[in-house]
Order: sequence, then structure tokens, then C-alpha cells
Amino acid sequence: MKCNRLVDAGRRQFLRGGIVGAAGAAAATVLPAEQAKAQALARVEYPANRLANIADLVVGEPMDIAYPDSESPGILLKLGDAVDGGAGPDGDIVAYSVLCPHKGWLLSYSAGDKTLNCPGHYSRFDCEAGGQQTWGHATQNLPQFELRVDDNGDIFATGVDELIYGRLSNVLES
Amino acid sequence: MAYKRFTDRLPIIPADAEEHNAVCHYCIVGCGYKAYTWPLNRQGGTAPEQNKFGVDLSEQQYQDTDAWYAPSMYNVVKKDGQDVHLVIKPDVDCVVNAGLGSIRGARMAENRRSDVMGTQQQRLTDPLVWRYGTWQPTTWDDALDLVARVTARFVEADDEDQLYVSMFDHGGSAGGYENTWGTGKLYFGSMKIRNCRIHNRPAYNSEVHSSRDMGVDELNYAYEDYTLTDTVMIVGANPLETQTNLFLNHMVPGMQGGGARVVIVDPRRTVTVRACEEAAGAENVLHLQPNSGTDLALFNAILTHIADQGWVDTDFIAASTIRNAQEIAQSETHPAALGSFEAALEAIRLSPAEAAEITGIAEADIIKAAEWYAKPHDDGARRKAVIAYEKGIIWGNDNYRTIGALVNLGLACGNIGREGGGVCRLGGHQEGYYRPGDGHVGRPAPYFDQLLINGGGAVHHIWACDHYKTTLNASRFKREYNRRTNMVKEAMDNAIGATREELVDAIEGAIRAGGLFSVNVDIIHSQIGQAAHVILPAVESGEMNLTSMNGERRLRLTEKYMDGPGQALPDCLIAARLAQAMQRVLTEGGRADYAAQFDGYDWQSEEDAFMDGFNTSHPDVTYDRLRAAGTNGVQEPVVGYENGVLVGTPRLYTDGVFTRHGREDGKALFCHAAWRGLQAAGKAQQRANHRFLINNGRSNLNWQNWFLDQDNDFAMDRWSVPFIQINPEDAAELGVGNGDLVEVYNTDGATQAMVYLEPTARRNETFMLFGAPSGTQGNVINGGVNELMLPNYKQTWADIRKIADASPATRRQSFKSWEVEL
Repeated sequence: MKCNRLVDAGRRQFLRGGIVGAAGAAAATVLPAEQAKAQALARVEYPANRLANIADLVVGEPMDIAYPDSESPGILLKLGDAVDGGAGPDGDIVAYSVLCPHKGWLLSYSAGDKTLNCPGHYSRFDCEAGGQQTWGHATQNLPQFELRVDDNGDIFATGVDELIYGRLSNVLES
Repeated sequence: MAYKRFTDRLPIIPADAEEHNAVCHYCIVGCGYKAYTWPLNRQGGTAPEQNKFGVDLSEQQYQDTDAWYAPSMYNVVKKDGQDVHLVIKPDVDCVVNAGLGSIRGARMAENRRSDVMGTQQQRLTDPLVWRYGTWQPTTWDDALDLVARVTARFVEADDEDQLYVSMFDHGGSAGGYENTWGTGKLYFGSMKIRNCRIHNRPAYNSEVHSSRDMGVDELNYAYEDYTLTDTVMIVGANPLETQTNLFLNHMVPGMQGGGARVVIVDPRRTVTVRACEEAAGAENVLHLQPNSGTDLALFNAILTHIADQGWVDTDFIAASTIRNAQEIAQSETHPAALGSFEAALEAIRLSPAEAAEITGIAEADIIKAAEWYAKPHDDGARRKAVIAYEKGIIWGNDNYRTIGALVNLGLACGNIGREGGGVCRLGGHQEGYYRPGDGHVGRPAPYFDQLLINGGGAVHHIWACDHYKTTLNASRFKREYNRRTNMVKEAMDNAIGATREELVDAIEGAIRAGGLFSVNVDIIHSQIGQAAHVILPAVESGEMNLTSMNGERRLRLTEKYMDGPGQALPDCLIAARLAQAMQRVLTEGGRADYAAQFDGYDWQSEEDAFMDGFNTSHPDVTYDRLRAAGTNGVQEPVVGYENGVLVGTPRLYTDGVFTRHGREDGKALFCHAAWRGLQAAGKAQQRANHRFLINNGRSNLNWQNWFLDQDNDFAMDRWSVPFIQINPEDAAELGVGNGDLVEVYNTDGATQAMVYLEPTARRNETFMLFGAPSGTQGNVINGGVNELMLPNYKQTWADIRKIADASPATRRQSFKSWEVEL
């Protein structure tokens, strides 16, 4: 699985994330008694969970949510101004994990400048810039939950773009 | 959108994975880590018996857990020629960091070269020689033969002044006792190179001459002292960003549990100030913001007030310090006289009111600082206080006297060698210095950069120093360096089809016409390396066994946990091979006596270099014993080996005997550190001619690791161009906003930066990120140095103009405040 350095960054990230699946596939090819079948998918299967309806949201007031399961707390937030990656008709709805990717402390929302702040070691993340760490100790930007809004205004979380603190698989085994 | 890795799961460390001691090789704190490796086609499982942590990983792990690692802590690397999984994660059992990882160290794994994952493809894999108009890969024998043949033509046993050498002297990174010994034995043992310099300053000298002259080693405390003290005084330092886990794991507990107050001296409001306010309560934090370069006046006024109030430790002064008024006179080698407390006090005397005029700090705050440092408790007990200083004054105005004034404070109040005390630099890299004596270099040391700019030197050997990014007067240095090395490149290009002898003749001819032959040892293609004729690939900590000590003199062995890239070698073994090549060439040339000086490099491993160097004067210290000591290691000096454990020294001078100056009487000296304005040449004029102070320094994200981070997507997503923090009203006057690209220029040079509006920045005082590959701040620093060739990076003034609107890369950045809001 040697990486072609000329491929685009997105492809490279996919390969980094997919290494487990590749190892699993290799193991399945050892002298099969029956026709070989792939063991597992290359990526985890994210659930599509309904978080809220647009009507439930108030601009600037984060709603507590959890995704992909109850052990992974987050916030759902209508910012009021459209942002890159924002969902909904106004392009301003975002959702983030609130476990600091540094040491797992619970982040608190500062309405003044729309950031999430860590009481443990003073890191902060920008809710208007895709969860970019404005300043801090985490070695990744804040995991953002991908959102889909249906015609009824129901908001669904459908995926995560970084590893969530405290789990080595974003979707825990059931 | 911010950079995201889209990692949805990571391989689990199996229970039987190999475990290696590792110390973060970036900053001086030296946080303990563990490196785990296991075969690529194996993996651990979520059941407790299937993973290294012995816990059920199918469940969520909670705050501060040991059983999690971030994607940045993972990679696939070569080990003994095989691809293996690698996880490098903070060690919860290390007393330095207690499981905390910084944004730098916790990316060590990701910043290793991986052919599988595609990371750090910038790492050098082969020796390269300038041939056919570019660099061509070759063997060590071929490359070192050329280096030795050219070098040999310009050195004689009694005159080696045409060989110029830039060599790191630090630990951590690719430094450490093994590698400083390798280069030290070559250049200070086999040869006596006088024209040399260190990676971050234009001469081969101390950064803290005065502290050492006064008898006080600059690393004299234990980190534990921050939890035992009444007051922490942080001077010209920003430890939350640049000694992160020293701050979080020692200073913060000192404030929270220990109730320590904090005095911070810094013209800029840093994130350290905000964090101290959170940890200690704002009422227990005193932030003094002096006019740039006036720190010395502040310290002298604090000592004056303390003395006038009778808060000095007279018993300590009588027992441990010199009584002679002037023991050492001011001279070319001593920028201030040294002597007794009373004489020094007379020399430095400055009232808080006078200092307020000079520094711009309120008189009441100067008095408050004096009280917080030295006023005894209500019960009469002595106040314990730590002073921690770093580049704000080391690279600031009047280095000798300013540091001397801080050590004066510590000595006068008996705050050195006692629990909860210390006057220490916080440091940059770890330390790892072991070399033959450098007395032949002289004091003041030659001003290397200036000599080179003026046409000095024929051959330049560079060991992991990128002057193009991190020296002063960099615009001029680069112009001249490019011109001189290009002369040699052209001669090499013109020698088409030449034999080795003919090629060396051509190179010699170009050098004698004013050219310069450049040999660059590094781990990556550096910027100065673009001018090199031979490039030699080195390895780093973890790709070799390497020993260093941290800011409390804690010595650890980082074990080799992976292979270096391609043919790359440890610096000590490169130095050894170069020495052997020199010997061979000199012997061939009939110079047998000189050749004999290059005996003694028959090292097969870095451990051989360690035993040949450090171990000879520290016989208790071996690799096996350091391995057993783990990430907690032992604090130097090591005084014995008892019951299977190395015995160290938690803090220096507990007996009140001061030795760093080498005086037999063991008495410390005070510094006659009188205030004398901006000391270095051209600084006052630059201040008069240009509007903006271009204060400069480091960022949390990347500093000791920037050479790797220029090839790290997470880091470059944030600072693709160095930021310059500027007051919003100043920015409005210049017509610039967040993300805009500006040129910073003065009569010494020009560079570029990205605007970052910072409301706490004072008017006309900016702060620019230092050492960036895409905007060298050193371009606008003039050549002014102190009497002992210490550079003054901080006092720099320039003008600013807009170059371009925010680029797509900078426009999407977060430009919000760095100050936590809870």
C-alpha cells in the first residue's frame, strides 16, 4: 500500500484512515476453505441519527447532543451567519464534539466569539472555522459532525471528520 | 474549512507490542513518552487481554485516560528493515509531564518519515553531491572523499582558520551527548577550529556569560521548586507555549495548590498571562510590560527597593558571596565588573521612580514586584521565589548585564540552591554538551557571520544549522552566502568530465577567487542547504539511541525505536567517517603527522561514541543503567550508582558553594549591572527611523519542530505564512486586515508576514513569528551584538506595508483571540 505522493491530499487522508481495513483484507486471503469473502468494510459505518428539528434551534444557543452514541457528547449550533460546511437553508448550522481532543476535558461554549474552550489546559476551537484550534494543545482540529437537513427541517448527523477523544474507533462495538 | 484527517479508527496496540523509552526531542522540557512498535500485519483487540492497556477498548475512555492516542501519535515506519506500526504517546509515569502531551511532542509519530503513509518525504535518504547542475545521490565514501579532499587543501596542522564550522551544541532533536562529542572530537580535538558558531547565534559562546561568571549555572533548580515556592517570576518567557508541560504540570499546580503568586515581565500580553490569571486568580498575577529593551532598569529598581527595605539575606551574602568590592574589572571580556553585593548595589542603584521613567511601568507596580519577590511573610519567614527567564532577555538588550541583574536578585535574597528557589533559564532545546575544551576559540569569540560576510573562510561545514531562517542580519548573510557558494557551483558545473583531482582543482580555484565550499549535514533539505555542494543525511532521536538532559538537568536515554531513512546516519558516526576520510586523504598527501591527529574514530555505533566521550568522565553512566532509569532518568550531576539505581542531584548549590565560574573559593559574585540604554550598535537609530517594534518569538504550534512541520499538513494549515500580531488601529491606518500579506522592511532587509489583528497588542508594537520558512524574521534584524557576540533579535524596528490581500489559504484561518474564555 505504498502511497503515491502525487495523489491529492484527500486521497492520502483516506489511506491513512483505511489502514486497518487493508490489514484485515490481507488476512482473509490465507488458503480459504471456501470462496474468500471480505471480512469488513474499510471504514466504520456511521449511523444517521436525528438530532433535532431546525425549529428547535435558537441562534447562538448551542443544544446539547450526542453522536454517534450517548457516550460522545457534542453541541448542535445555529450560528446565524453562513459558514463553510454549515448545513440547513441558511448554511449556518454546525455540530461538534465537545470532548477536547487533547485530554478529553469537556469544552464550554463562549457565545462572545463563538468558540469552544477547554478549562483543563486553555485550548480553544473556532465554531465558525470548521472547529479549527484557534490556540491550544490538541494535535487535531475539533471533530465536526456532518449534518443533513431534510425537507421537514429534521437535522441528522451522518459522520465525523476526526477521531473522537477516548475511542480508537469512532463507532463503538455494540 | 479546517484541516481534518478523516481518521475513523486506529490500530490497537497489542499486549505484546515492543515498548521503548522515548523523550520528546523538541523542547527543553523533555516530556516522557513511550514508543510502541509491532508488526504491520498484526493488531491488538478491544478485549483487555488483547491490548497494551489491559482495558476494554470497546467502551468510551474518559478524561485524562492513558488508553487513547490521537491519529497524530500513529504511523507506519521501518524497524530493522520491516514495516511496523508505531505509536508514540505521553508516558503517565514520567514525573516531568505526567501523561501530558504538547501539540508538538504528541505529533512525533506523525512527523516520522513513512514510505507507507507518505509522511516526511522531505527527509534526506542519501548523500548528495553537486554534479551536472544539481544534487546527485551517491555513497558515503564518494561524498566524504570529496569533502575531505577539498577541506584538506585549506587546513594545516597549525592553521585551520580557513575551515568554518556551524555546529549545534544542544541535546534533543538530533543533538545529544553522542553527537556533540562526535563533532566536538573532530573540530576541537583532532583540529582546533576557531571560526565556528552555534545553531542560533553568530559565534561559539555562552548565552548566559554573566550567570556563569557569577558562579551560578543557569539550570540550578528542580521543576518541583515551582510547587514549593511563594512567587514565580517569569521574565521574557512564555512557558505555556514554549515549555508547555513544565507550565501545565508544575507551574499551574504551584499556583493552584501551592498558592504561588506570579510576576510576568513581558512587553506583550502572552497566553501565559491569561493562563496564570485563570490558575492563580487575576489578583495574584502581576504583568509588567516594560518598554522594549528596558528590563535591566526594572530589575535594578526592584533590587534597590528590596535592599532599602532590608529584605536581603545578609547571612547568605556573608557566607556564600565574595566580599571584595571589585573582584573582576569591566573589560573587553567582561561587559560589567563583578564583586561584592554592596559595591554592585552602589553601581546599579536606581529608584522605582527613576525606573518608571525608563520602563514605562508604574512605580507602584515596581514596588509591588519587589514585595512579591522578597518581602518576608508576616511571621518573618523568608519568601521563596523562583526566577525563570529565557529569550526575551537572552536575545534582548544588554544580555550580560540584564541576566546579571536577575542573578543579583536571586543571590541577594538567598533564593538559589534552596527549595522553592532558583534563577534559571527555561531553555530552548534540551542540553547534551560534551566536547573537548573550547578555550582556543577565545573570548570574545569571533563574530562568525560578519567574518563570512566579509569574505572569510574557504570551506564551511554545517551541522543542522539553518542560518537562512534563524540568524540575524539574514538578508545580507544570504546574499553574500549565495554569491560565494555560486562561484563554486559554477566552477563545478564547468568541470565537465573532470577527474576527482581535476574537480578538486577547479573547486580550489573558485575558492581562492573568493568562493566558498559548503557541506551541509542535516535531516532535510534546509534553506542554507540550497547553497551547499555536498549534502549529508543525518538521523534524529529515536532513529538512533541518544542521551540528553532537560531543563532540570534530567538525563534520559531515548531508545532507538525505528530505522533512519535510507543511508542516513547518526551525526557522531558521520563525524567519525569524515575524520577517517581526512586521515586517509592526509596520509595519501604525505602529511602523516597531521593525519595521526585523526586517530580514534573506530566507532560502530552511537553507544561507542557515548563511551568514548561522556562516559569517560561520568563512568557511572551507561546505556544499560539509563535504560533501566526509564523516562524519569536521573538528574545531573550523577554522583553514584547505588542499589541498582543512578543517584543524581535534584538541585544545585544546596551547600551554598558556587562553582560555575571555576573559582576555588566557591563564592558567588554580584554583577555591577548598571543601566546604559540600548547597548547594541544601530538599535537606537533603527528605533528612531522606523515606526513599528517587530518583537518576535515562537508559537505553541511549532518552533523546535518547524523543520519537520513545513511538511506537516496540520501545522501548515494553520501557519502557512508567519503571523504578525498588530493592534487593530495600527492595522486600520495601514489599510490591512486579518490574513493580508504584508512586507516588513527597514534598511537592513525585508520579509513577509500574515496580519493577525490583536487587540491586546500595544500601539506600534507588533509580534512576528520567528524562524518561519515562509518569511524569515531575521531578515530585518540588524547585525548589532553585545561585547561577547550575543545577538539582539528582540529590539528590532521596521515599517510595514501591504503586499497582497488574504490568500485562499490564509482567508479561512481562525483569527479569533487566543485567550481562553471560560
